[in-house]
Amino acid sequence: MNEEEVTEQLKRDFPEGIFDFAFPRKGMLRFSADRDRLKDVCTRLKDIGFKQISLISALDWREHFECVYHITSYSFGIVAEVHTEIPLDDPKVDSVTPVWPGANFHEREAYDMMGIVFEGHPDLRRILLPDDFTFYPLRKNFREGE
Amino acid sequence: MTKLWINMGPQHPMTHGLWNLKILVDGETIVDAEPVLGYLHRGVEKLCERRTYNQIIPLADRLCYVSSLCFAHAYCLTVEEMMDLEIPERAKYLRVIALEMQRLTSHMTWLMAIGPDVGLITLLLYCLREREYFLDLLQLQTGARMNQNYPRIGGVAQDIPANFEHKINKIFEKFKVRVKDYHKVTNESSAFLKRMQGVGTLSVEDAIAYGVTGPNLRGSGAKRDMREHDPYEVYDELDWEIQVRDEGDSLARFHVRMGEMLESCKIIRQALKKMPDGPINVKAPLRPEGQSFRRTEDSRGEVSYYVVGNGGESPYRLKVRSPIFCTMNVLPKLLRGVNVADVLAIMGSIDVCIGETDK
Amino acid sequence: MSGLFDLGGWSREISAFVSGILAWIADLLGGWIPWFHDVANWFRSDAVIEFWGFAIAVLIMLVFAMINLLVVLWMERKLYGRLQDRRGVMVPHPWKKIHKGTGFLQNMADGIKLVMKESITPRNADKSMFHAAPAIIFISSVMAYAAIPLSTTFVLADLELGLIFIVAMFALSPLAVLIAGWASGNKYTLIGGMRGAAQMLAYEIPLLLCIAGVAIMAGSLNPMEVVAAQQRTSVLGVENWYFIPQFIGFVVFMVAILAELEKLPFDIPEAESELVEGWLTEITDIRFGLIFMSKWMKGWAAAALVVLLFFGGWSGPFFPQEVWFMIKTYIVFAFFVWIAWILPRIRIDQILKIGWYELVPLSFATILIAVALKFLSHFGMGWF
Repeated sequence: MNEEEVTEQLKRDFPEGIFDFAFPRKGMLRFSADRDRLKDVCTRLKDIGFKQISLISALDWREHFECVYHITSYSFGIVAEVHTEIPLDDPKVDSVTPVWPGANFHEREAYDMMGIVFEGHPDLRRILLPDDFTFYPLRKNFREGE
Repeated sequence: MTKLWINMGPQHPMTHGLWNLKILVDGETIVDAEPVLGYLHRGVEKLCERRTYNQIIPLADRLCYVSSLCFAHAYCLTVEEMMDLEIPERAKYLRVIALEMQRLTSHMTWLMAIGPDVGLITLLLYCLREREYFLDLLQLQTGARMNQNYPRIGGVAQDIPANFEHKINKIFEKFKVRVKDYHKVTNESSAFLKRMQGVGTLSVEDAIAYGVTGPNLRGSGAKRDMREHDPYEVYDELDWEIQVRDEGDSLARFHVRMGEMLESCKIIRQALKKMPDGPINVKAPLRPEGQSFRRTEDSRGEVSYYVVGNGGESPYRLKVRSPIFCTMNVLPKLLRGVNVADVLAIMGSIDVCIGETDK
Repeated sequence: MSGLFDLGGWSREISAFVSGILAWIADLLGGWIPWFHDVANWFRSDAVIEFWGFAIAVLIMLVFAMINLLVVLWMERKLYGRLQDRRGVMVPHPWKKIHKGTGFLQNMADGIKLVMKESITPRNADKSMFHAAPAIIFISSVMAYAAIPLSTTFVLADLELGLIFIVAMFALSPLAVLIAGWASGNKYTLIGGMRGAAQMLAYEIPLLLCIAGVAIMAGSLNPMEVVAAQQRTSVLGVENWYFIPQFIGFVVFMVAILAELEKLPFDIPEAESELVEGWLTEITDIRFGLIFMSKWMKGWAAAALVVLLFFGGWSGPFFPQEVWFMIKTYIVFAFFVWIAWILPRIRIDQILKIGWYELVPLSFATILIAVALKFLSHFGMGWF
């Protein structure tokens, strides 16, 4: 499968909930998914052949958070970049650790740095910062030295 | 028998850095393991949000003190893609040479560290001796032994000196002989094989699902190398082979890395032959906008950056994917059921670098 | 009374001389306090004179052991330095801090440094046991020297069961390892101590069985007798060193003695990369130094044992017996060093497997071979 075929497949499986498809360069597929459809989309992606999760980045856009999942398929040579918007007042999203065990540390890091709670994560603790920290340093409203 | 939690770290000969491996042992068998990270966390991602794009290159260098050039290069590559910047051909070749040289020194460091891990200190001294040659070469090209600050957004910092090729040929000839010495003390010695063979076996499915990349994944039998599958610079124009082993144990990872060292020599020689003349740098815009994600092959695995720029002087968000951070994930699975002494053989073959892991 | 106590017949004279001096001092003091005249007479008595004989002999052996320790330590450092393509210790002496020389005094400096280090006793440690362990190890390894003959005359105690005594002294130290491991109150030391005990059990047996094989061939457990037997039973004028008829036993013995010494392929009780320093983790200052010293003292003693049992002891042409013995022991020790620095550490389960499944059966085979050779010699066939 190439990028277009993956896109069509996904569009067939999820008539709504995923949007904004784009192909930034060869071997890369970018789209957005709704927060509540994310886990289903990820499960489907894994079934198609996206076996490895490369990276989970959490972004703070001031109006909302965003989680970006980079999911790799070695057999197709494609990276799928899935964007998910998360509201500021309810920073929760379904964990994809049950789908890919490799997401474990990435989600812990995102929780550690940005305070996004991954529901269904087996062991959501701080990973890089000490356990007794009360703040999330990568949020834009975090002021150093206070 | 009662079980016992043992802290291997943060100050422990096994750790090669500053981290803690908590193991639950029942006698000599490990029942459970848990890596504890963060002792070396420097907040690089936050720092990057306050630096201009060029100031981040030395920061990226310091992510991994063993293969710093790979991290700086991956950063430059990602930012160049965001800027839509095409760098000169000669700079691409120079980058490949420096990267492969860095891979050689990094693998030498790994080989040197695996010696004391299994109790073979002689290997450490042997490898330090040869690593010095490659560091000298790297110094000739980049001007520094470590934290080179060599790649630039839009090219590289400096060209190679005139007699570089001659020196490389001399050192590589010497190295090829010395590699045989390493094989004599390692995989031709049955005691070494006893320690490494069949230890820490990782299946391909697990390796991929847990996010293991690089030589550790290739040791499990997956023929995946970002230099081939997501080609950057000029790797697709050069002739080299991916080192793969099917066994998935420590010895397989050992062989993959040993093979990669010789492949790196091959790549450097070819790159030197094929390198065209021309400029080594182009001017880069200061305030890029957009987002980009690039994957490169570090000596430890897949190094990716996800950079988001919003038109400011510094990136809005920069996210590093460090290969060993992801590989640490698989440790509980890998270590369950093995002997305490096998931790060394397994961790040694995984090649831990805490600088990148803790960011 | 033979050996060192005899000192070529001078022993009596030297002892009498020392006693005489002391008696003379006591007599002088007797001028003020008459009671000292009795002390002077006591000094002149036979028992005291004999005691000085003992003391001098022990002193000679101790001085030899210490100087030998320096040589052996220096030898190991130089040898593995060369093995690793470097030069090892080089600073000649404290007043000349250049890297141009043999560095022989480096170990002295290291010893002094260890004396000056802080002495730390962990809070959780069982204090008396913790302090006793290094002493037990050091004393046992010094005592092994009592029964090692360097020649037919240079020996402290010419024991009938000398080999058993030496091996018994070796066998004491794993006990102290277990004590130290348990008493330190540390998880690493505990595991190290347990490994030490397991290793001792696995390797003590083949060691003793190999000695039994040699003893059957020599007909004695006295090291003197064993060497004499090797010289006596010569084939075509070549002395019958036992490493030829007892080759299997020799190999098994070498492996077992390396394990007994906790040298590198078998140093799992202190496996530095996994257990920090194993049972030594909590031991600091000169107590660590004592253990370190006793390790190398035992190293030479083990080499001496190998030479006595398998390489004809001090027999050799031209040179004095002692010189031959030292040359042979140093060669065997160099072999130990070579093995230790070119092989990686073996895992505990593998070590125990080698011990129980391979070495023990093989050592039984050596006994069978010894018995068979002895049996054949009754019919005039064979070497004996």
